[in-house]
Amino acid sequence: MAVSTRMIIAGCYILLAPIIIGLLDGFDRKISARMQGRKGPSVLQPFYDLKKLFEKEFLTANKTQLFMIRSYLALMILSGIIFFAGFDILLVVFAISTAAMFLILASTATHSPFSSQGTHRELVQMMSCEPMELLVAVGFYLAAGTFNVSDIIAKSSVANIIYLPGFFVGFVFILTIKFRKSPFDISTSHHAHQEVVKGVTAEMVGKEYAMVTLAEWYESAILYGIIGLFFLNNNPLSLIGAIVAALVVWFLEIVIDNTSARVKWQLMLKLAWGVTIIAAGMNLFLLEIIRANS
Amino acid sequence: MSTIHKSPWLLHYDGSSCNGCDIEVLACTTPVYDVERFGVINTGNPMHADIFLITGGINSQNADVVKQIYEQMPQPKVVIAVGTCACTGGIFKECYNIKGGADTVIPVDIYVPGCAARPESIIDGVVKGVALFKEKAAALAASERK
Ligand code: SF4
Repeated sequence: MAVSTRMIIAGCYILLAPIIIGLLDGFDRKISARMQGRKGPSVLQPFYDLKKLFEKEFLTANKTQLFMIRSYLALMILSGIIFFAGFDILLVVFAISTAAMFLILASTATHSPFSSQGTHRELVQMMSCEPMELLVAVGFYLAAGTFNVSDIIAKSSVANIIYLPGFFVGFVFILTIKFRKSPFDISTSHHAHQEVVKGVTAEMVGKEYAMVTLAEWYESAILYGIIGLFFLNNNPLSLIGAIVAALVVWFLEIVIDNTSARVKWQLMLKLAWGVTIIAAGMNLFLLEIIRANS
Repeated sequence: MSTIHKSPWLLHYDGSSCNGCDIEVLACTTPVYDVERFGVINTGNPMHADIFLITGGINSQNADVVKQIYEQMPQPKVVIAVGTCACTGGIFKECYNIKGGADTVIPVDIYVPGCAARPESIIDGVVKGVALFKEKAAALAASERK
């Protein structure tokens, strides 16, 4: 890919990702409300919330928290640039977990019991999701022979999901956790009332919380991008398929969220690992056999 | 244009009440009344809250708690006292441990009377609170510009 194309896509990502993900989030709240027989807020609600948070007074118990959160946001944007500009997908996975480390550092900067509890949960969540994220990168390598995102697309004549159905299922499964939807007692769930108040974000006030939300939007954009990557090949028309697939997954996550309202984190850990081992493990095994025979 | 009033996040604290008003507050978040349509989120965290909705009176034990919650909320913020207990101490007013309504420890902006306050009047109070929240935000922004 030419350097200028990479720069244009990266620029589009920085500008458009918050707008698109914010809107998807708005529609998500509207659809969830309708599923529960309510009217629901405006679809622009996530933007109103974000803007308000930036306008609120800033109180903090520890100034380093702000620095950590800024680093979290910056690293998350960087991970997205690496991904959308078509560089190494393995690097993207590592950059995302490095960013998450800053979120952990930010939440432990204050000594609120809710933050500590949230941090613990956040670490458990990372434990449940990280193996699958790494395996997805490995899966793409086995299917396309490269970790490089632009080469994965350029070298595939068919959508990679044909080789990686197990990885896809496993990845969609952990997305529920990654999007902070289910389980309900997750470290900082999108649902209002929960056991650990707001977990990792409990001590984050105004603009700090806004920046964490923004970083989450950037992260979601990468995750939808990875979903799309399963469907992209060297035919430009496959982009339509990728977008449709991302939207289907988005809707599926809303349905899962509204039907699994009482799942707890203990079950999450067991299920996430179970699905990772069974779906991705089997898929990995089959790919290896195919490679050995060809 | 300020859109701050479109995102009023609410914190509900139950003081010395009979729980009647609390049930009505929760009823506001159910499908029938659905306050989320105004952008209200019922948060459990004072640091994320804009509107402090208090039910029940103040007693010697919860006075400090209420004060602390109020102080942890970042400006601009609005306090709504829901139910006669939170307004004046209500039916418990004469009890030895009751100090009175919420305004005995923190400044209250809006009073919603009723025993129990009806969901309709609670929503009415919240809507008035949201308008005041917008005013306070504008005043705060103006004072910062000076
Ligand atoms: S005002 Fe009436 S219903 Fe409300 S808490 Fe007091 S006694 Fe209970």
